[in-house]
Amino acid sequence: MLTILFDGVAYGMVLFVLACGLSVTLGLMNFVNLAHGAFAMAGGYVAVTLVNRHDAPFLLTLPLAFLVPAAIGLVLERTLYRHLYTRSHLDQVLFSIGLVFMSVAAVDYVMGSQQQIIRLPGWLQGRIDIAGVGVGRYRAFVILICAALAVTLQVVLARTRFGAQLRAAVDDARVARGLGVEVSRIFALTFAVGSGLAGLGGALGAEILGLDPHFPLKFMIYFLIVVTVGGVSSITGPFLAALLLGIADVAGKYYVPGAGGFVIYTVMIALLILRPHGLFARAR
Amino acid sequence: MTDALATIGLVRRFGGLVATNDVTFALARGARHALIGPNGAGKTTFVNLLTGVLAPTAGRILLAGEDVTGLPQDARVRRGLSRTFQINQLFPDLTPLETIGLAVSERLGHGGDVWRVVGTRDAVLEEIVSIASRFGLIDALETRVGGLPYGKQRQLEIAVAFATRPRVLLLDEPAAGVPERERRALIETIAALPRDVSVLLIEHDMDIVFSFAERISVLVDGALFAEGAPDEIARDARVKAVYLGGATHG
Amino acid sequence: MSPDVEAVAGARRWLAGRARWRWWEIAFWLAAAASFVLLPSRHLILAEIAILGLFALSLDLLLGYVGIVSLGHAAFFGVGAYAAGLMAKHVGGEPLLGFAVAVFAAATVGLATSFLVLRGADLTRLMVTLGVAMLLGEAANQWSSLTGGADGLQGMTVAPLLGLFEFDLFGRTAYGYALVVLFLCFLIARRIVNSPYGLSLRAIRDNPLRAAALGIAVDRRIVGVYTLAAAMAGAAGALLAQTTAFVSLDVFDFNRSADVLLVLVIGGAGYLYGGLIGAVFFKIAADLLSAQTPQYWHFWIGLILVVLVLAGRDRLGERLSALARRARLTGGAP
Repeated sequence: MLTILFDGVAYGMVLFVLACGLSVTLGLMNFVNLAHGAFAMAGGYVAVTLVNRHDAPFLLTLPLAFLVPAAIGLVLERTLYRHLYTRSHLDQVLFSIGLVFMSVAAVDYVMGSQQQIIRLPGWLQGRIDIAGVGVGRYRAFVILICAALAVTLQVVLARTRFGAQLRAAVDDARVARGLGVEVSRIFALTFAVGSGLAGLGGALGAEILGLDPHFPLKFMIYFLIVVTVGGVSSITGPFLAALLLGIADVAGKYYVPGAGGFVIYTVMIALLILRPHGLFARAR
Repeated sequence: MTDALATIGLVRRFGGLVATNDVTFALARGARHALIGPNGAGKTTFVNLLTGVLAPTAGRILLAGEDVTGLPQDARVRRGLSRTFQINQLFPDLTPLETIGLAVSERLGHGGDVWRVVGTRDAVLEEIVSIASRFGLIDALETRVGGLPYGKQRQLEIAVAFATRPRVLLLDEPAAGVPERERRALIETIAALPRDVSVLLIEHDMDIVFSFAERISVLVDGALFAEGAPDEIARDARVKAVYLGGATHG
Repeated sequence: MSPDVEAVAGARRWLAGRARWRWWEIAFWLAAAASFVLLPSRHLILAEIAILGLFALSLDLLLGYVGIVSLGHAAFFGVGAYAAGLMAKHVGGEPLLGFAVAVFAAATVGLATSFLVLRGADLTRLMVTLGVAMLLGEAANQWSSLTGGADGLQGMTVAPLLGLFEFDLFGRTAYGYALVVLFLCFLIARRIVNSPYGLSLRAIRDNPLRAAALGIAVDRRIVGVYTLAAAMAGAAGALLAQTTAFVSLDVFDFNRSADVLLVLVIGGAGYLYGGLIGAVFFKIAADLLSAQTPQYWHFWIGLILVVLVLAGRDRLGERLSALARRARLTGGAP
């Protein structure tokens, strides 16, 4: 039982890292980027390719799994996305679906449609015993990394100048500009970091979530749920939402294999109707 | 005789902010009543409560004695409560013909017809034309609303509200943004509204308020601050203080 | 006050002019009818086009006329497909009966879920509609004793249409059937959008707050048109099930919802023909592209979407409708 809980926590942690970038772009910048999963997929494929084909050490690939999608994100933001911030949500949806279709087909073409299995180093394989509970080493590793990331993000957003500027830019871009905040630079940087985190999540999650060219479509709804349920007022909301979703999904698949999807989708719809700003959002 | 429109202890809170604070207000039948107040006094919230855009936190709203507090907007319109908007809220891609037609069809109960082509009911067409000529829109009937001059659009705002045959008409800053040369026509239009329509005018422009209103209410910080005939209000030192104080804060 | 007789007549003429059939509309449907006679070897793909066109037409009623964005319109397509499939498998008999049941089932689901899209901004609606489609897809997947789950619904026997026309391998009956249904649905949709009801939908699309202030019961109108759109999407699903004698889980796919949105956007929303023209373009493009690069043709569809949005979907539409207005002005002069 505790093992399932543990697996669920690891799953949820990965979901959080995957989705937190989206919670900023969608939640704060109000941009519907359904292609968020494509950046995650990019990170996953970077890691898998380096480890499996070039024998790179797993740990070394993680920074690259962050940097490559971040760079792609930055370029796309500067060239394409930024033209669409003021457009209707429908336009944003169409545009990002277009990107998803392109990325799915391109990855399929280059890498093939099969599921990618990442070769983990020996020290991350197998299980260890913590207080009598069998725990996957890799999952423990993932939890540690993701927890560290979550704390870092919280600190960056709450304590640093960058965080303050981002919050100001999101709150009222015009006023922020008047105060000398370079709004477009902040947005670009945020978008890049969000994409990078998604990539990192994709790399860490390759083992847990699976990785194939349909990744962006398969997990789109999960990211959206994390953001919707978590709300956008802080990092804590999406974090708790991701944990809940992870545990519910893993436990659901284990105990009631029939009902898992129902519960999750129903909860999402109900929340959207009853609490459009998210479960953990404070009423403004 | 029951008042055309009345509120009893109306309250609306947004979180900790009290936008409407225990307002008990009456609009007499056939009234020419103005509601004034400094910026942020809660005039727009009050209108939104009256028309059903917002639900009150507490209190009741009576339309000709009938409690309409829980009714949605469209039901209040059908009972004779209509409004214009401060900023034009029109359909830029439709024509005045269609816009007025919507209101007339709705009132005559034909708005939900799914199987009849638009423009095949003479009663509706005749009424559209008669309203359009009353508001000086007869030549603009077939022009896209988005392409009309601003003053004409303001006229259409009022014409559309009038087309619902209101017993009570709320005019929310009807002259806002209208250029000087089109203003005169607009003021005349308002003055010429039939006497069986009770009018509540929300306005910033004191010239219009004092030329139109027979009674004035002052709203400050969400609460009714003063009420009386125009000369009483004009003499009221407290009102003056509020206005001057409000003005310096912008 | 006696109304100005001439002005009344003018208004009547102008409104009647808006609803009149234009020459290109007649040409469009004549061409469709001609394709049935002249292109017998293409009946299979033409049937697919007609079905997709009907599906996109149903979405146009939502997006183009009342301004509701949906990422889960496949929900109703899927319900219609499974209802028709189950009818064919367990009840058998006349396809028209199965069709009617499918339309009714989709309309019921549409009515039941319409209340979820009344409130909220575009984003909420996008996610709610997406969630409903995922939920129904999951239901079809789990309830495999009825639906066949991931293997699809097998063993459908579709009786000859009206007892006369056998569904043949070349799609002759399929196309004829689909085209007639499409045309009838189009006539219904056209009649409705030209009615006072249809006018009120456009008012709601442009400004729901103002529409309510005119006395329009906005919620009731949305529920009504959502149900109608669901019924038509269900009709398209039923046609697919009956003409292919097979239903699989992909009827609920996100891809299907996204594709139909794309089809409508390519053709342009808000004038009923957009979905039909988009469907022709989409299917032909898909046919050509997948002949070139099978499996990867969605790449090009994605590229089209990206370019279309960046180039300004709205501006494109505005330019076209400005052209149409000019044509109407010059053509409509007495």
